[in-house]
Amino acid sequence: MVHLTRKAEFSASHYYHNDEFTAEENQRIFGKCNNPNGHGHNYTLEVTVKGQVDPRSGFVVDLKQLKEIMNREVIEAMDHRHLNKEVPEFRSHIPTTENIAISIWNRLKPKLKVAELHRVRVYETPDLFVDFYGEA
Amino acid sequence: MKAYLTRRYRFSASHRLNSDSMSAEENQSVYGKCNNPHGHGHNYALEVTVSGQVEAKTGMVCNLMDLDSFVQEHIVYRFDHQNLNTMAEFRTAVPTTENLCIEIYNILQKRFQHASVEKVRMEETMLNSFEYAGGREIRN
Repeated sequence: MVHLTRKAEFSASHYYHNDEFTAEENQRIFGKCNNPNGHGHNYTLEVTVKGQVDPRSGFVVDLKQLKEIMNREVIEAMDHRHLNKEVPEFRSHIPTTENIAISIWNRLKPKLKVAELHRVRVYETPDLFVDFYGEA
Repeated sequence: MKAYLTRRYRFSASHRLNSDSMSAEENQSVYGKCNNPHGHGHNYALEVTVSGQVEAKTGMVCNLMDLDSFVQEHIVYRFDHQNLNTMAEFRTAVPTTENLCIEIYNILQKRFQHASVEKVRMEETMLNSFEYAGGREIRN
């Protein structure tokens, strides 16, 4: 079994807000992330897949295919977008780094036929990242 | 849904690697330059990984403000710009980054209440790093 990780970058804006909270609660819980006009980050995505090395190609996965799936399912949907307003799952879920990682997992999992998805890691900044392994 | 959140912090400290249970020659041979009598320093990078269910109302494993304030108060403030050899924690243990990792993990495990503490990872320099997960296998 070999693990293979592919990186991608996207830049997006977001803000944190829950309609069930009062304005004061939103401000207290989310701080600056609650500023109503949003703010942005350069996100780095790492997708790790695992599998046996194909004896003919020497690959766990054809990187070109993996790159295309990541571009189509994630980068085109999120790069230079306002996550709250333009990515459907974030109408009902706050676009925290945790939820972005879960969303990316859910977008990639059904499309990856060639290797098994192992981990989605999303860096919001170089000092903050979230790992999701598909656990309930 | 269970997720793992990692936050990176930095602090600088000095240390000298010297074990009372070894002779001067042994210390010199085991620790090399790290045994130089007046110590030396590093810019440490500390990564703290916590885990838990992503709370539906906040979208978070734990509020970063809680994690940041805990780590600043109990770890960064405590170790930053200190000589590790003079600290109570290292009166008997050699202040290697292995032992520093374990010490920091134990502080978090004992006192941080807002999420499960999974792992501490420390970079002593850009060329070496250490991870401790309380004896559990380290997941990557």
